Amino acid sequence: MDPKPTESTLAWWQDPTLRPMVVACLTLSGAVGVFGVSFGVGSVAAGSSVLQTCALSLLVFTGASQFSAVSVIGAGGSFGSALGGALLLAARNGVYGMAMSRRLDGGWGRRILAAQLTIDETTAMSVAQSDRRAQQIAFWLTGGALYLCWNVGTLIGALAGTAIDPTTFGLDVAFPAGFVAMVWPLLRERPARIAALIGASICLLTVPLTPVGVPILLSVIGVLVGLQEPVNAPSRTISRGGES
Amino acid sequence: MSWALIIALAVGAYAFKFTGLVVLGGRSLPASFERCLALIPAAVISALIVIDTLTRGREIVLDARAVGILVAIVAAWRRLPLIAVIVLGATTTALLRQI
Repeated sequence: MDPKPTESTLAWWQDPTLRPMVVACLTLSGAVGVFGVSFGVGSVAAGSSVLQTCALSLLVFTGASQFSAVSVIGAGGSFGSALGGALLLAARNGVYGMAMSRRLDGGWGRRILAAQLTIDETTAMSVAQSDRRAQQIAFWLTGGALYLCWNVGTLIGALAGTAIDPTTFGLDVAFPAGFVAMVWPLLRERPARIAALIGASICLLTVPLTPVGVPILLSVIGVLVGLQEPVNAPSRTISRGGES
Repeated sequence: MSWALIIALAVGAYAFKFTGLVVLGGRSLPASFERCLALIPAAVISALIVIDTLTRGREIVLDARAVGILVAIVAAWRRLPLIAVIVLGATTTALLRQI
């Protein structure tokens, strides 16, 4: 069964098999709204206008890229380095799109809209569902609710951010603290920990040597850890030295 | 922040989403390439933390921000919710600046 646009969230809510998923989608969206507030505050603190901050959330709609661009510009980086760093972080949405294309019904019009909503959260909520109908509902429900929460959060944060002095309240730390919260769950896996360590180290070493923003681009070298096949500990016979 | 950057970023970010969902569709990429793409957030976001916490321009600086981030890391490690991680980090930095 295909979820028609006429099928309401209320109908999904009343379906006991769908209710836990609906609750999870809406809870996640609310949490992302809080993140949107921190983006709004941090973005105006870094020198963007309220209108620019809202335009970023409305048009770009992929959190990590928005945070990255604002952060690099705020630190004095160039157009190219801010764009490059942000697009590196946007690239994974392409992979999510490939995963979602098998799960979403509908023609071109729907897909053009679905593309804008294809991000970490919508993909994760959708692929976690077991049947096709629930996968589609999870995608569209999370996408719609999250788009709304992210943008309302951004507006609230941007308006609040213009009213207060950012350094007095430590709001310049809101961004990196948000990054910590964002990256922490990823570090459960060993390749991600190594990639993070390499990325951060390259960045720290190249800060004094390269123009502002370039260290962010260089940090992507850390992903080359992924070239190595994931090893299953028991079958590993040759110990790889030098790894800590 | 310039409008040109906002537009370029909007177009670029949408292009990635559109390419994956509509152009490439259900095809699959080489496994090693997918693994590398999946590691981008870990590598790049960690670098962003370093930039926002330990640098000013091209200089490496240790100040109240570093302490705030240490507190945020502990909060994330203790699995506190997102808002608590941000508020604790920011409040620590703000309090240190008052001293």
